[in-house]
Amino acid sequence: METSVDKELSPARVKTGAGFSSKKTPDTVSTNKRLKRSHRQIRAENIFRRTIMIVAVATVVLVVGIMITLAWQSRLSIQSAGLGFLWGKVWDPVRDIFGVYPFLLGTLLTSFLALIISVPFSFAVALFLGEYFPKGWMPDLLKNLVELIAAVPSVIYGFWGLAVLVPIVRSFETAIGVNAVGLGIFSSSLILAIMIIPYAASLGRSMIQMVPANLKEAAYSLGATRWEVIRMVILPYTKSGLFAGVMLSLGRALGETMAVTMVIGNTSLIPKNIFSPGNTMASVIANEFTEADHPVYLSALIELGLVLFVVTVVINMIGKRLIKGVSK
Amino acid sequence: MESTIVKSVNYNAYFGDNHVVKDVNIEIPRNTTIAVMGPSGCGKTTFLRGINRMHELIPGATAKGQILLNGEDVMEMHPIFVRLKIGMVFQRPNPFPNLSIYDNVIAGYKLNGIKLPKAERDNIVQHSLTRVALWNEVKDSLTKKGSFLSGGQQQRLCIARAVAMEPEVLLFDEPTSALDPISTSTVEELFHELKKNYTLIIVTHNMQQAARVSDRTAFFYMGELVEFDDTKTMFTNPKDIRTQNYITGRFS
Amino acid sequence: MSVAIKYRIGKSTAFKTLVIVLSLACVVPLLFILVYILQAGITKINWNFLTNLPKPVGESGGGIANALVGTMIIVGTASIIAIPFGILCGIYLSENKNSKLAYWSRLCIDILQGIPSIVIGIVAYFWLVKPLNSFSSLSGSMALAIMMLPIVVRSTEETLLLLPDSLREAAYALGMPFHRVILKVIVPCGISGIMSGVMLSVARITGETAPLLFTAFGNPYLTTDITKPMQSLPLLIFNYATSPYNDWHDLAWGASCILLIWVLLLNIFTKLITRKWKVQL
Ligand SMILES: Nc1ncnc2c1ncn2[C@@H]1O[C@H](COP(=O)(O)OP(=O)(O)OP(=O)(O)O)[C@@H](O)[C@H]1O
Ligand SMILES: [Mg+2]
Repeated sequence: METSVDKELSPARVKTGAGFSSKKTPDTVSTNKRLKRSHRQIRAENIFRRTIMIVAVATVVLVVGIMITLAWQSRLSIQSAGLGFLWGKVWDPVRDIFGVYPFLLGTLLTSFLALIISVPFSFAVALFLGEYFPKGWMPDLLKNLVELIAAVPSVIYGFWGLAVLVPIVRSFETAIGVNAVGLGIFSSSLILAIMIIPYAASLGRSMIQMVPANLKEAAYSLGATRWEVIRMVILPYTKSGLFAGVMLSLGRALGETMAVTMVIGNTSLIPKNIFSPGNTMASVIANEFTEADHPVYLSALIELGLVLFVVTVVINMIGKRLIKGVSK
Repeated sequence: MESTIVKSVNYNAYFGDNHVVKDVNIEIPRNTTIAVMGPSGCGKTTFLRGINRMHELIPGATAKGQILLNGEDVMEMHPIFVRLKIGMVFQRPNPFPNLSIYDNVIAGYKLNGIKLPKAERDNIVQHSLTRVALWNEVKDSLTKKGSFLSGGQQQRLCIARAVAMEPEVLLFDEPTSALDPISTSTVEELFHELKKNYTLIIVTHNMQQAARVSDRTAFFYMGELVEFDDTKTMFTNPKDIRTQNYITGRFS
Repeated sequence: MSVAIKYRIGKSTAFKTLVIVLSLACVVPLLFILVYILQAGITKINWNFLTNLPKPVGESGGGIANALVGTMIIVGTASIIAIPFGILCGIYLSENKNSKLAYWSRLCIDILQGIPSIVIGIVAYFWLVKPLNSFSSLSGSMALAIMMLPIVVRSTEETLLLLPDSLREAAYALGMPFHRVILKVIVPCGISGIMSGVMLSVARITGETAPLLFTAFGNPYLTTDITKPMQSLPLLIFNYATSPYNDWHDLAWGASCILLIWVLLLNIFTKLITRKWKVQL
């Protein structure tokens, strides 16, 4: 069938030299076949349209499903502890006491410490690549390197942290005279900072490169120095973009699991200072989920996951909205 | 002596609430060349795209009324049939950048999944390229990507691509406005060649071009079809004052 | 030159120096980390390492064949689920920019991208591990597929949106049906962008550990049954790195090195392929 359709469509008249006149008296038989063929196409078209629509619906269903699963599975814990869950200072599964304050604190401490450590460095790299040396093989290499470093899996950072960083931190702790464990909030923050820097730096670089050249040139033509251009033009222009970058980095730090789990020391006690061992929300889940031997315990861990979900999603959304606003 | 091939009956086109083409009634005879003229923004492109139902691809665009192709309302046909019968060439040349010159010409078959024997394909390609006077220029580089050609060559390639499908009507939306004078005259010669076998509807801003290539001219103003007449009559003896003003350059 | 101007120029130079020093002060150590890991691992890699199973504690030698095979199966399955799904969704989003569904779907993709991987592990546990009553590589693949999805969707959508409308119009004007316009013209023209998203997402999930902890779970033996617990490189690294045994640490270093090389190669390949396959518009 297909071949005869093709004959109709193809210029057989080219060969016969009969010109294009055949069109004026369409051959009804092959026209019908052509129609039939196109009907198949129309059906395929409709199927395709419907398929991609179903896929789009499925993404919504997926996310709603995730939320429902988390909420439903944490119901036991929500019922038994309510909001006290968040402020409870004791986490003791054996006695069925589930207060996650130590983990909240641990999460906030590690994340913010990591941010504080990483911001100057990421900002410097962003300026280096985005403003001072935007072109050339050296910055290109650097840019690719930064991207490669950002791609290293966190479990590898965790392993490196255990093997190299923790001993260094331990001797540092001995030197300043605190309880020298090595494992703890401080080591986790360092690892997190290392992991965040490449990510934040490439975000920052793209923000800085978005500053219109004519704005900068206007400032230069008025006799501004490089530093003044950065302070008076680039910073104000990229303010919300850079802030968004910080938010997104924070979102990453909050949810980061493996590297932190490996070097934080894993204790449910409230950390006394930044050198104490502790736990983050993510690391507790990673450590205890498969050990949770009764329903309330498991449910409490899932509620922790729910809290983590809500916090990171909110922070990410804020960051993304800000970036969208900037790129427009 | 001539039968109507395209006819519009009270055709209206909208972009959302913006009423862009208003109650257009026109009868286009077979194997004539029509020039469509009018000031910028008067709805020429929109009307042209209405004829092969490209208009509705734009989100929010709607249309009312009828466009009849051989007496059949295209609005009741599936757009695929309509577009197989009514080819279109755009203002900017748009060859498929991922395809070779050869495949660009045969794109209408290849991409529609219509399998042809190699000999026939070669035949179509050579024939179509010859028709658009491009064969001699590209016959040694058929495997190169279409986007390597010059603008004028690309436009002729696009015309060849449309011609290869052997439609009944060919729509041109300012086909030469992105081309240099030499390419423009090549394309104009091409119209003379094509008009023997096809019905051509050409939107153009260039009055000389309209005079040179068209049998009849339609003048649009603010979405209305003001006048539709023999090109000669239109340019020498326009009936409507708005046409007169336009032709004598009294519009901006 | 007046003192004021000198002062301003000095300040500018000082800042530039600070930026350079800080940049190098973090990039150089980061590089050293990479080199350290590669060095620590590369010496452990040999044929036996790649083809043997891990030995019990106390016996030296042994390899990571189970983890290599497991990773391939887990990541492969995840890709089979996520890549077509993600590309189709990206097509929907770019073709229906302003529809309500596109708005919600986009929002959900954004949410997905922000969910910590460990939480996705929890969800996969309840969707596949609990009902099947066993840890399984399939549940791990499912979790990883969810992580891949937003990357593939977004790169597809962004790539396709950049293609000019004239391309679609050229195709439609030839009477091509919607699915052919998309599959034969739009997607081939955007293939480099789509592929780079796909490859980056594969690189990304190969190293993911957290979602596998309570899904694929790990397995000291070689298995290819996707309904059974399965070992994978990141799980092996985590378990052996946190163990007290030196032999196991060696295995973990070797595995880290392999994982790292794989991820780096994928990233480099992506760059090359993107350039090579780029359709000149
Ligand atoms: N994609 C669109 N979305 C919304 N409105 C549009 C769109 N395209 C055109 N319009 C509106 O429709 C009206 C007619 O446009 P059209 O492109 O048909 O004019 P034209 O006669 O082809 O003009 P030109 O000579 O400049 O090509 C214009 O006023 C324009 O504002
Ligand atoms: Mg126009």
